[in-house]
Amino acid sequence: MKPLLAVEGISKFYGRRIGCASVSFDLYPGEVLGIVGESGSGKSTLLNCLAGHLTPDLGQIMFHTRTSGMQDILQMSESERRMLSRTDWAFVHQHARDGLRMSVSAGGNVGERLMAVGERHYGQIREKAIDWLSRVEIASDRVDDRPTAFSGGMQQRLQIARNLVTGPRLVFMDEPTGGLDVSVQARLLDLLRGLVREMGLSAIIVTHDLAVVRLLADRLMVMKDGYVVETGLTDQVLDDPQHAYTQLLVSSVLQV
Amino acid sequence: MIHITNLSKHFILHNQGSTVIPVMNKANLFVAPGECVGLTGASGAGKSTLMRMIYGNYLCQEGSIRIDGTEIVGANPRDIIELRRHKLGYVSQFLRVVPRVPTTSVVADPLLSIGVAPDVANEKAKELLTLLNISERLWSLSPTTFSGGEQQRVNIARGFIHDYPALLLDEPTASLDAKNRAIVLSLIERAKANGTAIIGIFHDEHARDQVCDRTIDVTQFAPKVN
Amino acid sequence: MNEYNFAYLDEQTKRMIRRAILKGLAVPGYQVPFASREMPMPYGWGTGGVQVSAATLTPDDTFKVIDQGADDTTNAISIRKFFEKTAGVQVTEKTSDATVIQTRHRIPETELSEDQILVYQVPIPEPLRFLEPSEVETRKMHALEEYGLMHVKLYEDISRHGAIATSYAYPVKVEGRYVMDPSPIPKFDNPKMEMAAIQLFGAGREQRIYALPPFTKVVSLDFDDYPFEASKADHSCEICGASHTYLDEVIVDDDGNRIFVCSDTDYCATHASKPQEAAE
Repeated sequence: MKPLLAVEGISKFYGRRIGCASVSFDLYPGEVLGIVGESGSGKSTLLNCLAGHLTPDLGQIMFHTRTSGMQDILQMSESERRMLSRTDWAFVHQHARDGLRMSVSAGGNVGERLMAVGERHYGQIREKAIDWLSRVEIASDRVDDRPTAFSGGMQQRLQIARNLVTGPRLVFMDEPTGGLDVSVQARLLDLLRGLVREMGLSAIIVTHDLAVVRLLADRLMVMKDGYVVETGLTDQVLDDPQHAYTQLLVSSVLQV
Repeated sequence: MIHITNLSKHFILHNQGSTVIPVMNKANLFVAPGECVGLTGASGAGKSTLMRMIYGNYLCQEGSIRIDGTEIVGANPRDIIELRRHKLGYVSQFLRVVPRVPTTSVVADPLLSIGVAPDVANEKAKELLTLLNISERLWSLSPTTFSGGEQQRVNIARGFIHDYPALLLDEPTASLDAKNRAIVLSLIERAKANGTAIIGIFHDEHARDQVCDRTIDVTQFAPKVN
Repeated sequence: MNEYNFAYLDEQTKRMIRRAILKGLAVPGYQVPFASREMPMPYGWGTGGVQVSAATLTPDDTFKVIDQGADDTTNAISIRKFFEKTAGVQVTEKTSDATVIQTRHRIPETELSEDQILVYQVPIPEPLRFLEPSEVETRKMHALEEYGLMHVKLYEDISRHGAIATSYAYPVKVEGRYVMDPSPIPKFDNPKMEMAAIQLFGAGREQRIYALPPFTKVVSLDFDDYPFEASKADHSCEICGASHTYLDEVIVDDDGNRIFVCSDTDYCATHASKPQEAAE
């Protein structure tokens, strides 16, 4: 099996301060990688570098494209990269309103990516939108409602539907369950887990919630001050952490 | 099937003055297909630790663990995931699942992860749940709210749904009544007959005597305290 | 006449605007930024169109101004007077006599010829504006031909109204490349945009000029199952009897009685004198 994403020595500096430094890893098809660390540890910077929102200062990011094999996304033209991010990639923001068009109906939100890749049949676009709404457990009679009329959890599910409608292969998630009630979180986790398996998605999940990665991620990367301090099998890193910082992180979780 | 040689482990508590706690010293263990080995020793002797090391949940500093030829010590996480999916089952004392997922799906999950069709996997899950006397009205509910004994049986169903060549059982009969214990023991017997190599922790002597071909006292692997 | 330079603007400014116009003609549908000047009229009254007209007019030109098709509204009259005074050019109300026609929200009914120039007044040149507020982002979308969003607007129309309810400023794609706002003309006029005359678009407040050379391919966006329709009120003109022109609805009394009349006053007047021809 070949990696879907091969990251080599990614560094991003903000002036003299380090955003993230020398990050390398491979992500295989169907694999879920969790990135944990406290605020300011560089996990979001890394995610944004990977997703093409930020340009790293050093390193390369190879992605296995459908048409021409492994390509360095940093060498791609912007139009190619944006095309990737509309088709093969998805980005789930922490705040649904960053990832949704709040003035456009749920159906239009889901349909946008389809129209962006050239679908021009209203009936089919709408049908697919309704199908995806039902897959994320939003009733089909809400298809014409705007996301402003949705609860936080529904907005987040709508954002996921909007992202997955074009059948991407790689999903970036930035604190996907942040700011949601725990009961809503559980539902979302269940949904994400099902979709990851069903669609064979690879995912990179950035979160500070260790419970989330335990349930979703196969592998874990722990970041501190811009550096990756520990990597490994998720349950191994959480149950037998080797690095001082990871031990601190794991032991700091409040028990319910 | 399970081949452990010279296995050693210690914990280093970086945040508590870098205290080094040795927990295992040169453990050796060999389990053949169809054999069931019981681990014994007082609480804290390292039974669960050894199981977790075999499962790849704990890292080891020295030695070797080979399961059906695959080396666990120093293995790539990806290889361990692959091994767990296909060859190495683990029934722990605790049930850890995504909340809200129905019991049937929890049990069918190991089969789904290796690509078995959902209807086949669900059918097999229901068979096992029936066998283990989990009332049908509970199947569509999440096991997070179940009683201890029910959760344990769900865990067992999950562990036995796939015919793993190697199986680790951490107190599988602990909170079960006599009837259900007998059923679990028969499941273990059946797995042995199928050639599964089993390592188990059984506090219940009666159960241990019934299924274990031999026992190993892990106290012998305990590091000498200076 | 001596108080003003010809057509009000100084020659440097006109050169700057002409350069923008030429660039616009070279890249049909692309919005060319230009240094819009203060004009002696408020924004929203056609300052963009006026500047384009000023840069286009020559002393030999004959100038016509319409507002919603009419030559006799305040806006049309004041702009016509403005150029009468500052350029001394001939003015006319007859479409076929004019060489430069400045328009607000209509294309004349009479087919234009290749020696004519049609100048549009544009309030908001960016067709993506209402869906994407960031100018940086919309420019990038134009540059990379990312026009999915435009169809989202049409999708919203159909989902809300059962049909594409956008009836004016209906977005078009120019030569298979740029998506363009045709200014708030009724979509009835969209098919006419593939014409012999040069079309220039000026947005004063937004400081943008764009253009269509003669016979440029202009396609109105639509869906396969909801094709574009150049709709109009289902009536004939009460005055001239024409059944193929764009109509204004006029309420004539306090009982709510209404009539429909041509919005193009010149066309209507010409054909009212020969009603049998208009009826054909």
